[in-house]
Amino acid sequence: MYGKKTEISVGLFMILGMACLVYLSVNLGSVELFGSDAYTITARFGSIEGLEPGASVEIAGVPVGKVKQISLDEDNALVKMEIKKGTKISDDTIASIRTKGMIGDKFVKLSPGGSEDLLEDSDSLMDTESAISLEELISKYIFQK
Amino acid sequence: MSFDIPALIGRSTLNRIQVLGQSTIFLVIAFIQAFLPPFRFIRLLKEIEFIGSRSILIVAVTGLFTGMVLGLQGYHTLTQFGAEALLGSAVALSIIRELGPVLCALMVTGRAGSAIAAQIGIMKITDQFPALEMMAIDPVKYVISPKIIAGIISLPLLTAVFDVIGIMGGYLVGVKLLGVNEGAYFGKMVSAVTFTDIYGGILKSLSFGLLIAWIPSYMGFMAEPTTEGVSTATTNAVVLTSLSILIVDYILTSLLL
Amino acid sequence: MIRVENLVKKYGNTVASNRLNCRFEQGKVTVILGGSGSGKSTLLRQITGLERPDSGSIYFDGMDLTLASKKKLYVKRKKMGMLFQGSALFNYLNIFENIAFPLREHTKIAESVIKTIVTMKLEMVGLRGTEKLMPSQLSGGMMKRVGLARAIVMDPKIIFYDEPTSGLDPISTGVIGKLIMDLNSKLNITSVVVSHDIKSSFRIADKIIILFYGDIIAEGSVDEIRNSEDLRVKQFINGEPEGPIPFNRTDKNYLDELLMEQE
Repeated sequence: MYGKKTEISVGLFMILGMACLVYLSVNLGSVELFGSDAYTITARFGSIEGLEPGASVEIAGVPVGKVKQISLDEDNALVKMEIKKGTKISDDTIASIRTKGMIGDKFVKLSPGGSEDLLEDSDSLMDTESAISLEELISKYIFQK
Repeated sequence: MSFDIPALIGRSTLNRIQVLGQSTIFLVIAFIQAFLPPFRFIRLLKEIEFIGSRSILIVAVTGLFTGMVLGLQGYHTLTQFGAEALLGSAVALSIIRELGPVLCALMVTGRAGSAIAAQIGIMKITDQFPALEMMAIDPVKYVISPKIIAGIISLPLLTAVFDVIGIMGGYLVGVKLLGVNEGAYFGKMVSAVTFTDIYGGILKSLSFGLLIAWIPSYMGFMAEPTTEGVSTATTNAVVLTSLSILIVDYILTSLLL
Repeated sequence: MIRVENLVKKYGNTVASNRLNCRFEQGKVTVILGGSGSGKSTLLRQITGLERPDSGSIYFDGMDLTLASKKKLYVKRKKMGMLFQGSALFNYLNIFENIAFPLREHTKIAESVIKTIVTMKLEMVGLRGTEKLMPSQLSGGMMKRVGLARAIVMDPKIIFYDEPTSGLDPISTGVIGKLIMDLNSKLNITSVVVSHDIKSSFRIADKIIILFYGDIIAEGSVDEIRNSEDLRVKQFINGEPEGPIPFNRTDKNYLDELLMEQE
């Protein structure tokens, strides 16, 4: 009815397809296969101006995590970030939203302070700097009295 | 003979609605039958081989050249803004979100969809369905159900292969040929592609897999039992499947965004 | 074996079965004769359960097939074999697999036993040695014999033959006719043959039923049919172009229709 050939070719097809799927979702989609190896911190911004989920979180230009979720909380933007385990973030770290290049993406820049107390899972950052909006800057300059 | 245009429109509309209903019932029966015992695992394997394994080559080649041309086009557009570092994310996003699922589905429609319609049509004109009936085997369960399940299983896997090879194609042209920074190509890609993109692509390919097995099967099953009937059904199957893939793609995209 | 009562089937305005009553006796060869459009194929499709009648009953082994659920029908079908007009072999399977198909689907017989059974059935139809060929490599007559081998592989109690000799050369026709009689006498299988081939029907039949536009116009043994006084039967078995059976089906007067065209 059917031979080894069918089994082998279907088997190879499944392996190849699965491998590609796994590559896509683990490498590009950042699905954690073996539990979470990250912790979450939140920060409150006056304005996030174009920051999107998935944007990177960097310390001194080194990516240490990703923006997971953005929500509105009493006129402020609440940004949830996933930070790789082992990254030390002190409680006086300043989070600011910056732009890469001219049309580049927005990202969250963390500038560590000098405090000894480190943030843990679901802690919040107190000091934030909102996104600098180019339009606002220009209009301020033009319409200043 | 007089042409009563409203009546004509009414009749053809009714016909279309009837066909839609009939084909939906056909699909539902085939789908339910697939999960009722006895399970025909061997038939499913055969169909996965036919729809999936034998499409690998054509899907890989299509993916490779799609990725390469995206790399080329993207590079020339992005250099104008000095943003060629974004090439990786541009290639990956367009392939994972749109081109992968759609082009892969269209290629498989051309290769397997037409063959499905022709095969079922031939089975019909040579009385193979009543022959199965007479052997106490449900023809829909035996012939159609495995095709539908195989389509749903095969397309996401084929699309994943298309995506990966497409990204490699973009890498070949962008990085190896045109000299975009390798780190930027993959780094940008990783930060730009989210799980939602990949999940959306898989969802699309699942639906396309269903369409590729369903529409040609139905067209073949309902074909006029003549040689012309089968050839018409084959052509119509490919045209209709391709159109529905594009339409469903738009609908799904608008729902996912 | 099979009893048909008050069977009615209509397609639009065409009556394919007009309150038919007939019987198919155990162990006998019954031939349903009729010209094209006489409703003989429709009758066969209803007896086998491939089509449901509009009304009436068909009793097979004491069960009314017209009321049977699909499951029960399938149980009965395992006792039926059918040879289709075009053989209906699976074009993607070779001869061996075609014949082994019902065994593989319905039984868990070991491969070696399947091989023995298939070889025996092929021997019966005189086609041993063709196992590895595909159906497309066979002639029409050989395909019919393979179809017959497949029909008897589950050892059915009854076999239906749909136009078993149409499109065959005289020798193949003779071979098929002999096979039908052999199966009937050796295995005591009930046979129902639908045909328009009078010569071979007379040779194999125990009983003949002649259908004419959905009605049974004659029923009986070969001799009874041969000596029938019915003009329609006479015309049919002698193949005369002129007679009570009109050549074309329209009721309109030829002259009227010609004159109407000119208006």
